Formats: sequence, structure tokens, C-alpha cells
Amino acid sequence: MNATVLAPSFVQENLGDIPVARLRADFPILARSVHGKPLVYFDNAATKQKPASVIEAEKFYYEHTNANIHRGVHTLSQEATTAYENARETLRRFLNAAKVEEIIFLRGTTEAINLVAQSYGRSRFQAGDEILISALEHHSNILPWQLLCEQTGAVLKVVPINDAGEFIYEEFERLLGARTKLVAVGHVSNALGSVNPVKRIIAAAHAQSVPVLLDGAQAAAHGEVDVQALDCDFYAISGHKLYGPTGIGALYAKKAILEAMPPWQGGGDMITTVSFEKSTYAPLPHKFEAGTPNIAGGIAFAVALDYVKRVGLANIHAHEARLLAHAMSRVAEIKGMRVIGTAREKAGILSFVIEGVHPHDIGTILDHQGVAIRAGHHCAMPVMTRYGIPGTARASFGLYNTLEEVDRLFDGLKVVVDMFGR
Amino acid sequence: MSDLRELYQEVIFDHNRHPRNFGVLEHPTKVAHGHNPLCGDQLTLYLTVRDGVVVEVSFQGQGCAISTASASLMTEAVKGKPLAEVEQLFAAFHTMLTEDPTEPRSDLGKLEVFEGVREYPARVKCATLAWHTLHNAVLGTDETAKTE
Repeated sequence: MNATVLAPSFVQENLGDIPVARLRADFPILARSVHGKPLVYFDNAATKQKPASVIEAEKFYYEHTNANIHRGVHTLSQEATTAYENARETLRRFLNAAKVEEIIFLRGTTEAINLVAQSYGRSRFQAGDEILISALEHHSNILPWQLLCEQTGAVLKVVPINDAGEFIYEEFERLLGARTKLVAVGHVSNALGSVNPVKRIIAAAHAQSVPVLLDGAQAAAHGEVDVQALDCDFYAISGHKLYGPTGIGALYAKKAILEAMPPWQGGGDMITTVSFEKSTYAPLPHKFEAGTPNIAGGIAFAVALDYVKRVGLANIHAHEARLLAHAMSRVAEIKGMRVIGTAREKAGILSFVIEGVHPHDIGTILDHQGVAIRAGHHCAMPVMTRYGIPGTARASFGLYNTLEEVDRLFDGLKVVVDMFGR
Repeated sequence: MSDLRELYQEVIFDHNRHPRNFGVLEHPTKVAHGHNPLCGDQLTLYLTVRDGVVVEVSFQGQGCAISTASASLMTEAVKGKPLAEVEQLFAAFHTMLTEDPTEPRSDLGKLEVFEGVREYPARVKCATLAWHTLHNAVLGTDETAKTE
């Protein structure tokens, strides 16, 4: 038990100077109930709920602005183009990228990693080249590389994790070698919440002229991301994990690297001239944005980023750490409960198992009490294999969660143990 | 919590804690595998079929309470039954879980403890994994049964 964690009624639950209750009012879905109980949404690592301003931005776009971008001379097209390009600038500022053309709008993190694999990797990797990932990766940072390895004969190398779910830096140093052509690691693990030592990883890789891709899907909503300070070569993010819409995300990459990369998908918007003999490609970022994009999504994504910035990433980080600490202080009350992933540096993710109860049974019984958690392998099967378990139950926190909700999770877990324990 | 009890009936807890016919058969005539990739449930089914009758049946694997209890109750239900009857049971079980409850279907006896699963679409695959595996075994396909 952690004595420093106060009972909920004694804690002023603020994010900075904003009471969490006020933030909750911004999220319409939090007013609904599930199985007759007020919804407790703890599946934030899968996707976040959206504030009204984001939902309103999508609606406003379709009601007032909708037009295709970058090629119309009429007013709507110009307004849509301006709004979409302003959104790109908002994202540039959010990530502190040096140049706006370093931001490629895509469907999300998965598409961003696939783009890097198929454009950057496929054009330069050869048989025997090595790609270094970690045992913590989400499938979306494994499969694009496996496909690339099949195509090029490159080899995937995996940095192991320790029992706490931490990236073993010494093993990474050992695996990083003359054949390594790229390091691709998660910034924060979605399955366990472990924060990887990305600054050290990048420094070590760069010392050997190896570029680094960071899968930022989980990290970007939990703390400040400054791609220039990190000095990463690629950073992939998803809008929906940042309180924005699904189907929109982005790849950040250094301009010189993007310029040297061949186009990935061909189509409208990514060209300057087209003829049957030879076409020329549009400058960055449009070279990598073939076809009509998710315009409304991009605009609403920027609104979500503004919202997150207003609340403050440091405040969100502190709030989620408080929720996690409170949860950890209650684990001992649940018979047979074991937390999977106890990294020293950890985001607001509580992955756990209960002896004798399958995660899916935990998920169903909690759902009945209005508590939404995730149960299963969390698209990180190798992590589950590492621990010799089929899956975990995972409660993951967002800016709108409260200590009282954590208590409802534990009330629910007591019901689980009561039902299964007899 | 009353409706949760519809799903997790005492019989289900009993079979989850003490699965019947759990283990490996020495000389089975058929072996089939089942896998639910979404939740990681794994199941291996062993059958000894003689003259078209299921003489022996057992299973091994790991899964949630619903899938373990379903496999356990299934082995009890099909032991000693001709294959044609086993297939009829499979069809009736499937109907119970996936179709309109007002539709007529044959009496399933003890297996009706799973009727409540119909109200939980995400869990139907848990209850049917063992049955799909059995169905494949009876048909003699080597494919791993998958419920997703």
C-alpha cells in the first residue's frame, strides 16, 4: 500500500487549475450509461473519447466548408484548403517540427509505419540488412517490417524486455551493429505502458548513422513530444488516440529524408505534371498524400490538439500518474491480481491478470458494471508470449478519468473475484 | 447482477473449475485443434470414433470460463452418440446462440445453460469454439477451427 495516495474525497482532482469535472463536461459520451450504470471508460489506450469541440468541428466542416482541397478556385475549396493546411501547421507546432512540409497527413500510425517501410525501406534495404525493433511493439510496428523483410531479404532483430516490461538497453547496444539499417521502437508500450528510453536509443543509433522511427501512437497523448529535441528521424501518430477523430494521423520525418524517399502511393494531388511517358511529383508534403484525404478529420484533429494543449500535457501526465498510483495502491485488495508491466517509467496503463479468471471473463463482468476495459492481447501477442499468458485485462487512463472511477474498477474486480472465488 | 447470472450460471463455474474429460486420449482416431485468435483461447480435441459412434472424447487447452465450460459440457453431451446425432447437436447449439430465440429448435438439455450467451455477441465465439472444433473433427478436415 502506498501511504501517500489519499482517499479520493480528500484529493482536489485538477488538471493544472481545471477541475476534472469541468473537463468531463466537454465529453458528451461520458453522460451515457452502460447496463444501467454511468459509463467508466478505461479503454483509452485503444481510443480516446472526443470533446464536443472536435465533434462540432467535423459537423461544421460538412455543413459550411465541404469541398475538395488544393485544386478548386471557388470559395469553398479555398476555405477547405486553408483549414486543412492550418491543421498541418497546428500539428507541426504540437510536435515542434522544424518545417510544416515535414508533416504528412495519413490515416494513422499504422499507415505511417507502412509508408516508411515501403518507401524508405524498400528502396534501400538489401538482403542481410537488419531492422531493429523491441519485444514490446504493437503489431503495427512488427508487420510492416516483416512484410519488408520478405520483400528485400532484410532481417528483423528484436531487443528483449525484462520481467518488469522494460526495454533492455544493454541488449539493444549489443544488437545495434554494422548491418543495422533502421531502429523502429515504440515510444510508449500500448500493452504495458512502459516508456522506452528513446533519447538514449536515438543517440546510440545516430552515433552509428542509423535512423530511428518512433511509434508515438500511445506517447503523444501522455506527455510533450518534441521531435527536434528527440532528434528522431520518423515519428508516427494517430489522431484518435489524441482525442481526435479516427482515420486521421500523421508521419513526421526530417525533410532531407523525405526528399530522398520515392513516392509511396500514386494518384491525384501527389503530382506536378502527368504524361504517359513521365510524370513529376509534387513537392513535400503532397508527394506522399495521394488522393483526397480525410479533410474533416484533419481539421478536427487540429481542434483536438488545441484542446490537449489547453489542458496541458504536463497536467494530463500528472493526472494519469495520480490515477495509476491510486490503482496500484489498491491492487493488493484483489485476491490473485498481478500487474503485468511494472516499468519504473510508465504511462497511465494498468495491465493485469487475476489468477483463475480469464481476461475476457473480467471484461464481461466489468462491462456489466458499466466499466469498459480491454481484455486480450492488445495487438501485442509477442508481449503476451513473453509472460506466458494468453492476454491481460487492461485499464488505461485518459484526462477525463477520476479517482472515483478507479474505485469503481476495483469494486468491479471484487465482484469478479467473488463470482469466481466460490 | 441478476442478468450476469444468466451468463455465468453455477454449472458453468463448476465445469470451468473442474472440466470433465480433460486430458489427452491415448489412441484417438481423430484430433482437431481450435483457436480463437482474438482472445487467445486454444483447444485440442481428441476423439475415438468406432462404427460411426463417439466412444471416447477429451480435450485440452486454455480459455475463458465460457469456452472451458462449453468444451467440458460438450464432451459429456457427445460421448456415446452416433456422429449424425453429434452433428444435429452442433446445429441446434449453433441455432440457440445465434438465431432468433423464438425459432423452434430441438431440446439441448444441460447445454441450455449457454442460452444466456446469446445476449453477449462478443462471447458467442467462446461458447462455440469447442463445437466448431468438433465439427471439423467429424468432417475430417485438418484445418484449425477459428472463431472470430
